Amino acid sequence: MGSSNYEPTNKAVKWFEDRLPILGLIHGTLGAGYKAPRNLNYWWNFGSLAGFMLVVQILTGIILVMHYTPHVDLAFRAVEHIMRDVNYGWLVRYTHANGASMFFVIVYIHILRGMYFGSYKSPREVLWFLGLVIYLLMMATGFMGYVLPWGQMSFWGATVITNLFGAFDFYEGMGESILHLLWGGFSVDNPTLQRFFSLHYLLPFVIVGVVILHIWALHLPGSNNPLGIDAKGPGDKIPFHPYYTAKDAFGLSFFILIFAVFIFYLPNIMGHPDNYIEANPMVTPSHIVPEWYYLPFYTILKAVPDKLLGVIAMFASILIFFVLPWLDGSKIRSAKFRPTTAFFFWLFLANTIYLGYLGTKLPDEIMIDMAGGIDALTLGRIGTALYFAYFFLIVPWVSRRETTKPVPTSIAQSVLDARKEG
Amino acid sequence: MTTNDQVEQDGEVTRRNFLYVASGVVGTVGMTAAAWPLVDQMNPSADVLALASVEVDLSSISEGQTVKILWRGKPVFIRHRTADEIAKAVADNTSDLKDPQDDELRAERPEWLIMVGVCTHLGCVPLDQRGDFNGWFCPCHGSHYDISGRIRKGPAPRNLEVPKYTFLNDTTVSIG
Repeated sequence: MGSSNYEPTNKAVKWFEDRLPILGLIHGTLGAGYKAPRNLNYWWNFGSLAGFMLVVQILTGIILVMHYTPHVDLAFRAVEHIMRDVNYGWLVRYTHANGASMFFVIVYIHILRGMYFGSYKSPREVLWFLGLVIYLLMMATGFMGYVLPWGQMSFWGATVITNLFGAFDFYEGMGESILHLLWGGFSVDNPTLQRFFSLHYLLPFVIVGVVILHIWALHLPGSNNPLGIDAKGPGDKIPFHPYYTAKDAFGLSFFILIFAVFIFYLPNIMGHPDNYIEANPMVTPSHIVPEWYYLPFYTILKAVPDKLLGVIAMFASILIFFVLPWLDGSKIRSAKFRPTTAFFFWLFLANTIYLGYLGTKLPDEIMIDMAGGIDALTLGRIGTALYFAYFFLIVPWVSRRETTKPVPTSIAQSVLDARKEG
Repeated sequence: MTTNDQVEQDGEVTRRNFLYVASGVVGTVGMTAAAWPLVDQMNPSADVLALASVEVDLSSISEGQTVKILWRGKPVFIRHRTADEIAKAVADNTSDLKDPQDDELRAERPEWLIMVGVCTHLGCVPLDQRGDFNGWFCPCHGSHYDISGRIRKGPAPRNLEVPKYTFLNDTTVSIG
């Protein structure tokens, strides 16, 4: 990670440091040894916030496991036991459940920050890949975690999502074999619950490992910045500690306020009431919806009439982010100097949010009451087309053609100019 | 080493080449064999496989009634069809079907329609006597099945599955 000129003054510390230079590693990664661009704004707060949420989730998760039993006959009851009987169990569980949502909000903002300011562009492509790997691991972890309370949404969500893998039915019985392997039976049942529990406990630690690689890959080129230009001289950079540790801490306390509002005042707003009904394989809830953070992809799945192609489109809608560094051919990173790119970025964001909203609707629900009624399915198809057009048409074309604004010569210069104007 | 490299350049296979490849192959086969139990443990276990069949008493199911029973963790629909429904199902054999199958092949005895109650799209339980064809309707993603359990409209790719079953006598059927 960060190379460091860390020189401990205390003799005992120096003795230790000579034998295992871990303090120097921390100093160079998150301390004064790491020099970050001086112009980072609050959008750069979300990396450390995501790190904070990962720690919160692991900590509360470990505590929940002390009181939970992964068995179809006991799981639902165990969650109620945590809520009613365990001291502060309600607090730990609500923190964990809402924490998952908060983690996703933060990571989405973190990804969108990277998109807007061109943080995925050279030389940070591998950093971007590792971020996407973390995101995919989070999706898997979040999904399996939602199954553990063994409510109706847990069970039917698990049924629908695992059945997606049955679409890979390339020879007679292949889809079924995949499903039996995933379930450990002929349907989502006790073996499924137990393996999901095992993996739900494992994956966060895998995420920790990839986060370390992510930070390592960040510290080779250093952080991107709102201007998207390379930080050059010492005048462009300031030490991470105390400047950004303080800024991140301030942002963190503000975030915790919002987090607390959800935990203490709106603890169930992100959940679905049907998940307080115990899982029943004989009755499907009238309307299955996944957790909000999967909704845009769920709409894309529903938009395609063919099962296999729908599943492929859904996975493609996420995997497409891996090739974004090459779809974008612009020499300039930040959308600050790319007005057309910025416009389409906001359009993309609005469209994706709208796809998410459509994900909560039934396919034949009438959304716009005109021309005989336009249903959610039709709008979902338009939104899906727009989503893929953004990556395959708009980004490649606009990034190579648009007239860009003049880019400042250095970060220091731009800061000085801003001061003059101010 | 030099002599060996020279021999390899001549395209001759040395004893050392053979040992490299042979040990590599043995190692790979060994690793695969060791990994297999770690994968196969995920497949259905013996006790799950043992719950293969159930017997159902049909005498209490009246005409026009659907009964749901649990088989292998999944619901099975047993519908006692009326004469009208059978006629409708047979007439629809010639309709535009996504997964064409005659009604006669779907019900050994036309009055007893026995199907796995799992939507072939993504595994939800369809609701009976609903949908555009007055058969089954899946609330998850809007698949419509007819009174023979055939897919007629919506995203599901196949008809509702007919499990293996045998009539032990006129009023008892064994599923599985």
